[in-house]
Parts: sequence; structure tokens; C-alpha cells
Amino acid sequence: MRRSRRLSLKTQKSLLGLLFTLPFILGFGAFLAWPFIQSIIFSVSKLTIVPTGYVLDFVGLQNYRHALLVDAKFRQVFMETVVTMAARIPVILVFSFFAANLLNQRFPGRTLARVIFFLPVVMGAEITLKMQQADYMQQAMSLSESGLIPLRVIRESLVSLKLPLAFVNFIFEAINQVPVIIRSSGIQILIFLAALQSIPRSLYEAADMEGATAWESFWKITFPLISPLMLVNVVYTIVDSFTAPDNRLLELIQETAWAGAGFGVSTAMSWFYFSIIVVILAITGFFAGRGVHYET
Amino acid sequence: MRLDRLQNGLWHLIRYGLIVGIGFIILYPLLRQISFAVMHPDDLFDLTVNWIPRNITKINFQVAWEMLDYSKALINTLGVTLLLGTLELASTMIIGYGFARWRYPGSNLVFGLVILSIIIPPQMVMVPLFLNFRYFDLFGLLPEPGVNLIGSFWPMVLMALTGTAKRSGLFIFITRNFFRGMSTSLEEAAYVDGAGHLKTFLRIMLPNATPIAVIVFLFSFVWHWNDLFYTDLFLQGRNLLQIALLRINSQFNYPWANKAVEGTYIQLVNNAGMLLYILPVLFLYAFLQRYFIESIEKTGLVG
Repeated sequence: MRRSRRLSLKTQKSLLGLLFTLPFILGFGAFLAWPFIQSIIFSVSKLTIVPTGYVLDFVGLQNYRHALLVDAKFRQVFMETVVTMAARIPVILVFSFFAANLLNQRFPGRTLARVIFFLPVVMGAEITLKMQQADYMQQAMSLSESGLIPLRVIRESLVSLKLPLAFVNFIFEAINQVPVIIRSSGIQILIFLAALQSIPRSLYEAADMEGATAWESFWKITFPLISPLMLVNVVYTIVDSFTAPDNRLLELIQETAWAGAGFGVSTAMSWFYFSIIVVILAITGFFAGRGVHYET
Repeated sequence: MRLDRLQNGLWHLIRYGLIVGIGFIILYPLLRQISFAVMHPDDLFDLTVNWIPRNITKINFQVAWEMLDYSKALINTLGVTLLLGTLELASTMIIGYGFARWRYPGSNLVFGLVILSIIIPPQMVMVPLFLNFRYFDLFGLLPEPGVNLIGSFWPMVLMALTGTAKRSGLFIFITRNFFRGMSTSLEEAAYVDGAGHLKTFLRIMLPNATPIAVIVFLFSFVWHWNDLFYTDLFLQGRNLLQIALLRINSQFNYPWANKAVEGTYIQLVNNAGMLLYILPVLFLYAFLQRYFIESIEKTGLVG
């Protein structure tokens, strides 16, 4: 009788853990897992709203077929989004690493520079984007056209030099992406910066004594020591760019749900999208995971 | 020697050039915003005016203020954001502590679900989530059509309470890391002195976790303030700044404007409105930037 009342220490600990994490388990079940399963069901059904709620009729893969074959925009937007996002990821990583190194050096005005560099974290890409979208004037006068950098003139002269058009287009596409890339690197810079600051000075001093150049100590000390955070940053960047508010596919998915071919097609589209995210995460996770150096 | 100094000076110059350039690109939308917000409508058609308006006016702010119903909407938005921030802070601290201190069969799997919750795009579950809250029946407990929770604060409150709100997964990850890095000796001392688990958590662990709590709260506040997705999905028709801003374009029938002022004028008002919207966050950032910038070092994510 007495034994059964007093739980063993292990059971007690398990129960405590369960108790503290229970809110998440419930929330995950109710607001993520169940809607997630529902979205599978919706994607193979036709959904009609009736006064008492909604009814679902099974239609098989028709929604998927509609998204792929009937919808005028989906295939094109899908390809464009995936390519742009995937191309953006390495650039964001390189840039944020570079910027972190820049901000890690000592120079007058460093605090101000940091405050400005991390402003996008606070201001949010969503808001910045809305700011720009709301303004056709602003769009008309956007950076590349404001006369500060006469991009159009440069472009025309490059084309007239008989450079391959695809190459010129690539360069200009990259230039157009510069503001977006800078503004979506805030958190990554923060993470790299913290990592750089956690490397003990003494390591560099020792390397210096042994006659290592700055280049060598970068590759032998800095790079291996921050590589675990490289993985964190890779994953964060992928997730962040695939849920970025300037993502045209997500826009199309929302549009389709409320004003287009309906909920079924919209969920079918989001399933295509989610599968590609998972594939990209798996591939990069595999490769990035191998390159990481863990201090033991 | 001289070459060395030349090289050094050159590098300093390049560095400042880069920093100023990048800084300009980041500040560009904000500067443009400010420039348009104080611009008089007449200057819009003046080709000589690009950045600095000839006539500086506060009329745009006055119109935007009234269209947004600013003082009321500001208080509403502030209230909602504070509420959601506090709830998200409380829930993620508790959940993170649970993951950090105790294991149970399957706890690793559940923590894996936390990570999964970070990577699922909210658009993925948008439609089912909306319909579930539209016809909320508490999983079959309430009668047939259910209750309509859309337009109320319940959907967001429930999600914040259960650690599934905007980026909650990230916060759970951070708090768990922090608590794991804390030594258990404090808790053991508390247990020896006869404190229960809950008391130990509230009295001993939470006060020691203030730095991380500040970070979670600040980020949660700012991200909820900036959120358009969930607000637009769940709180349609509420007098909130975000909703009012999205509406500002569509219903521009302010009596002042029916004279010769054309559609372009709305853009000026829009800019002023946007500024009014982000101003509180900018203030917060200006005063508390230290917490934002030092945040990652304190989360225990690094070394």
C-alpha cells in the first residue's frame, strides 16, 4: 500500500518532465500535428463551406493535378521561388560571415554600425517589404533607379560589349538581390559574431608565435571553431528564406486559398513546397554535418 | 614601414566604405519612408525634389493618425502584444525548463517535434487552422457547428500558451539550452531545504534566468508587433494597427482629400502611417539595443 503511493525517483522525474512539457505536447497536437494531417486530407478532397461548417468530398489526386497542370502560374512560380531561395542561401551565409568579421574588428563607431546592421532583425522583413510594396513611387525610384547607381546604363553597355546575355542577366539579378540579402542576414551575423567572440585570443597569439600568417590562422583556427554554428546558420537560413515574406509561392498559396481555386488546391501546392524544403534541408544537413568540427 | 602604414590606412578606408554602404542599404527604406512622410503633396510632382522635400509638413501624420484611429489602435496593439509576449515567455520558460531538467521515455522525440515546429511554414497549416478556429468544437466536446473564435484573441492566446505561437520553437530551444547550462547545485540546495519542484522553479530558477527571460520577451514582443500573418488571419476586423494599415489603401475616403488631391496622396499617408506603426519598436530598439545585440552570447548557443 505504502509502496504504491510513493513513486520511484525515476518515475517521479519522468512525470515532472512530462508535466512541464505538457503544454507543448498539447499545443503541438492541436495546432500543428492535427492541422498538418488535416492538410493532407484537404489536399485530396473538395472542400465546401456549408452553414454548419464544411464538408469534404474525396477527389483523389485531382488537386495535385490541378496545381501542376491547370494552374497557370504554379509551375513557373514554384521553380522561380525554389531557385531564387536556394541561390540566396550560400550568399547570405558568406555575407553574414564576412559582416560578422567586419563588425568584430575594433574601430570607432562600431556600436553604431552594429545597431544599424541588426536593425532588420527588429524591423522585420515583413514590414520592410510592406513598406516597399505599398509604395509604387518608392518602387519606381528603388535603389537601382535612383540615379545613385545608373544600372541601366551599365547594363546596356555590357550588352553592347557582346558579353553573353545570360551572364549579364545573372550579374544584374545578383545585384538586385543585394538589399534583400543584406536585410535577411541579421540573425546570422549575430550568431557568427557571438561565435567569433567566443574564440580565445590565446589561440591566435600562439599561432602568431609559431609564425602562422593571418590567412593560415583563419583557416586553422577561426573556421574550424565556428563550424558548428555554420550548421545552425545553414538551417536557420534555409528555414528563414523558405518562409520569407517576399516569397512569391507562399503568396500564391495564400491567394489560391482565399480567392483562387480553393483550399484543396492551395494545400496541394503547399505540400509540393514542403517536400522540396525537406529535401533541401536533408541534403544540406548531410553535407554541412560532415564538415563540422566538434571540439571534444 | 611606410608601406605598412599605407596598407593599414587603405584597409581602414575600405572598411568604412563597406560599412557605410551596407548601412545605407539597410537604412534606405526607412530614410525613404521618413522623406515621404514629411513631404507636402505639392512636392510629389516637383521633379527637383527627390530626397529632401521643399515643403515640410506634418499633415500626412495628422491624416494617418486619424485614419488609423492611432491612439486607440496603439493601445490595443500594445495590449495584445504585451499579453502575447508575456504568455509566450511564461510557456516557453516552463517548457524549456522541463526539457532541460527531466527526461522521460520519448522526451527526445518530443524535443525533435520542437525543432520540427520551427521549420514547418505556417502557411502549411493555415487553412486547417483557420477552419478549426472558425468552427472551434474543442475536439468534439462542443455541439455541432462549434464556436467562431476568428476575430477574438483566443486563437493567438491558446497558441502562445502552448508554445506553438510565432517562433515559439526557437524560444523553447534557447531556454532549454540556457537551463541546461545552469548548474544543478542550486536546485539541490533548494530541495534539501524542503522546497517543492514548482517552488524551486519559481523562486530559485526563474530569478536566475532573468537575462534569458529579457531576451525571449523582447524578441517575442517585437516579432508579435511586426506580425502580419497571424494577425491578418485571426484578428480581422479588430481595431489594431496592423489591420488598420492593411486597410488604409482600400478605404481612402477622407473628406479632406476630395479636392484636387489625387490617388498618389495616399502613398504619403501610407508612409506616415507605417512610421507611426514602427515608431514604438524603433524606440524600444534605440534604448534596449544592447539586449538585442548581446542576446546570442547569452543564450548559450555559442560555446
